[in-house]
Amino acid sequence: MKSVRKMLGRGGLYTLVGGFAFFGAFPFYWMVIATFKRDHDLFNPVANPFLFNEPPTLDHLKLLLFDTHFLTYLANTFWVGAAVVVITLAAAVPAAYSLARWARGWGETLGIGIFLTYLVPPTILFIPLSRFAAALGLQESLWSLILIYPTFTIPFCTWLLMGFFKTIPKDIEEQAMIDGLSRLGAMFWVVLPLGISGLLTVVVFAFTLSMHEFIYALTFISVSAKKTVSIGVPTELVRGDVFQWGPLMAGALIASIPVAVVYTFFLDRFIAGFTMGAVK
Amino acid sequence: MSGTTGEQAINGTVENRGVNGGGRAGIRDRVGLLSKLMIAPAVFYVAAMIGFPFILALLYSMSDVTTGDPALHLVGLRNFRAILDDPVFLLSMKNTFFFAIVSQVLVILLSRVIATALMKEFRGKWLARFLIMLPWTAPISLGTIGWLWMLDSIFSPFDWVLRYAGLLGAPGALLGPDLNLYWLGVPALAMASVVLVHVWRILPLATVIQLAGLSSIPRDLLEAAEVDGATPWRRTLEITIPLTLPIISIAFLFGLVFTFTDVTVVYVLTRGGPIHSTQVLSTWTFFKGIEGGDLAQGAAISLFLFPVLAGIAALMLRMARKSEVV
Repeated sequence: MKSVRKMLGRGGLYTLVGGFAFFGAFPFYWMVIATFKRDHDLFNPVANPFLFNEPPTLDHLKLLLFDTHFLTYLANTFWVGAAVVVITLAAAVPAAYSLARWARGWGETLGIGIFLTYLVPPTILFIPLSRFAAALGLQESLWSLILIYPTFTIPFCTWLLMGFFKTIPKDIEEQAMIDGLSRLGAMFWVVLPLGISGLLTVVVFAFTLSMHEFIYALTFISVSAKKTVSIGVPTELVRGDVFQWGPLMAGALIASIPVAVVYTFFLDRFIAGFTMGAVK
Repeated sequence: MSGTTGEQAINGTVENRGVNGGGRAGIRDRVGLLSKLMIAPAVFYVAAMIGFPFILALLYSMSDVTTGDPALHLVGLRNFRAILDDPVFLLSMKNTFFFAIVSQVLVILLSRVIATALMKEFRGKWLARFLIMLPWTAPISLGTIGWLWMLDSIFSPFDWVLRYAGLLGAPGALLGPDLNLYWLGVPALAMASVVLVHVWRILPLATVIQLAGLSSIPRDLLEAAEVDGATPWRRTLEITIPLTLPIISIAFLFGLVFTFTDVTVVYVLTRGGPIHSTQVLSTWTFFKGIEGGDLAQGAAISLFLFPVLAGIAALMLRMARKSEVV
C-alpha cells in the first residue's frame, strides 16, 4: 500500500516538474520547429503545427547567416560584452575588496548604496542618457553601450564579489604580508587567485547582462549594422510589415541557447549574490 | 625583519600598520587612503552615469526639451499637469500596477510549487532545471519573440489545439465560430498574454530564490517536528512559511521591480496595443520621449515610477536589516 502511494507521489512529481519544464522550454521548442520548417509548411493553418509535415529545410538558416546582418549582431554583442567585462572588473574588484575588508560604518552604507542603484531603472535613465550620448558624439556608436552598461554591472558585481572576498580568511593575506608583500601585493597575488571562481562569475554575469540588455540598445542604436543581437533580431528581421518567421526564430534560437547554458552553470551564484541580505 | 614585527602582525596590527607606522609605509600599505582610492572608481562611475542623469531627468521633466530643440528652458510643472490630463498616461499607470501585481502573485505561488518539487532528488533533475530556467537565462527580447510567433493571429498553436479540440472555429463552438482568437488583437487577451509572458520570464528567478530559502531551513527542525507528530500541513504553516517569509518577500519585491520597469515584453509583443490597452509607463516613456521626441514629457512620465521603486527599496533594506539581526 505504502509503495503504491510512493509510486503515485513519484508520478505526481514527474508530472509536475515535467509540466513546468514544458512551460519554460516550449517557446524554444517552437523556435526549433520554425527554424527547420519549409515556409509552405510553416504557414499552413490546417496541418498539425507541432510536427514536420514536409521534409525539414536549412533555407531559413542560410538566409539568416548570409542575407542578414545576424553575424554582425553577434560580433557587436561580443565586442560590447567583452569591453563591459573589462570595465566592470577594473572598477568592481578593488571596490569589492575594499568594502569586504575595511568597511565599517560608512563602508557598509556605501555597499548598500551601490546595491540600491540597481533599483534606479534604465526606464528613468535612458532619456537623459540619450542626450548624454548625443553630447559626446556617441549616437549610433557601440561605445555608448560600452559606457552605459557598466552602470548596472558594476553595482551588481561589486556586491557579488564582496561576498566572495568575505569568505577568504584574512589570515592568509596577513601571512603573505608578514612574508613581505604589501597590502596591495597581497590582494593581487594571494586574494585574487583564491577568488578566481568569483571573478569568473563576474565575467559571466557582466557579459550575459549586457547581452540581455534591450532598452538602451533600442534607444541609442538604429543603424542596422551597429545593432546587438537582443535588438537586431526583433527589429531587423521584419521587412516592412512582413515577419520572416523562419529566420527570425533561427536567430532567436542561436543567440539564446549558448548564453542560457553558460548562465545556468552560474545561476546559483547569481542568486547567492542577489539574496545575500536575506539568507545567511 | 625581526621577530617582534612578525608577532605584532599576528596580533592583528597589520590593519593599522599604515596609521601607526607613519611615513615608513608606502601608499600600498596605507589602509585608510587605499580603501578610499579603491572604491573611488566604482563610486565615481555610478555617480556620473546614474546620479547625474537622474538629476538631468528631474530637470528635463520641468523643461520643454525636445529632440529637435535640446535647449533647456524651465517651465515648472506644466509637463506633469499635461500628463495627468492624458488618458493614455492614466491607463498605462493602471496597467503597470495590474501587470506587475497580478504576475508576481502568480509567480510567488507557482515558484513555491516548483521549488518544493526541485528540493527532492530525482533522475534527470539537471535537465528539468535547465529547461525551467531557460526563460530567465536566455535574452528576454529573444524569448519574447518566440511568444510573438506563438501568439500569432493566424498560426498560433494554441488556436490550432483549440480548433482540434472542437472548442473554436466551428458553428456553436464554445469559444466562437471564428478560426482564431487573435491573442494580441483583443484587449483582454492581449493583457492576459502580457501577464503570461511576465510570469514565464520571472518564474525561474523566483524559483531559485525560493529554493535558496527552502534549503536554508535546518533539517533537524523539520525532523523534530515530524517526530513530535506535526502533520505536513502544520509543518508547512508553522515552520517552512514563517522561516522563508523574508526570502519570499525578496523574491516578490525583485519580481515587482523587474516587471514594473520592463520595456521589452510589451514593446516586442504588443507595442502597447491594441489601442493602448497594454501600454505601461515604461513603454509610454519610450514612445513619448524617444519616438515622439518629447524628451521633457518622457522624463516626467518615467519619474512616476520612482516613488514606487523608492518604497520597494526601503522595504528591502528594512528586511535585509531584520534578517541580519536573526
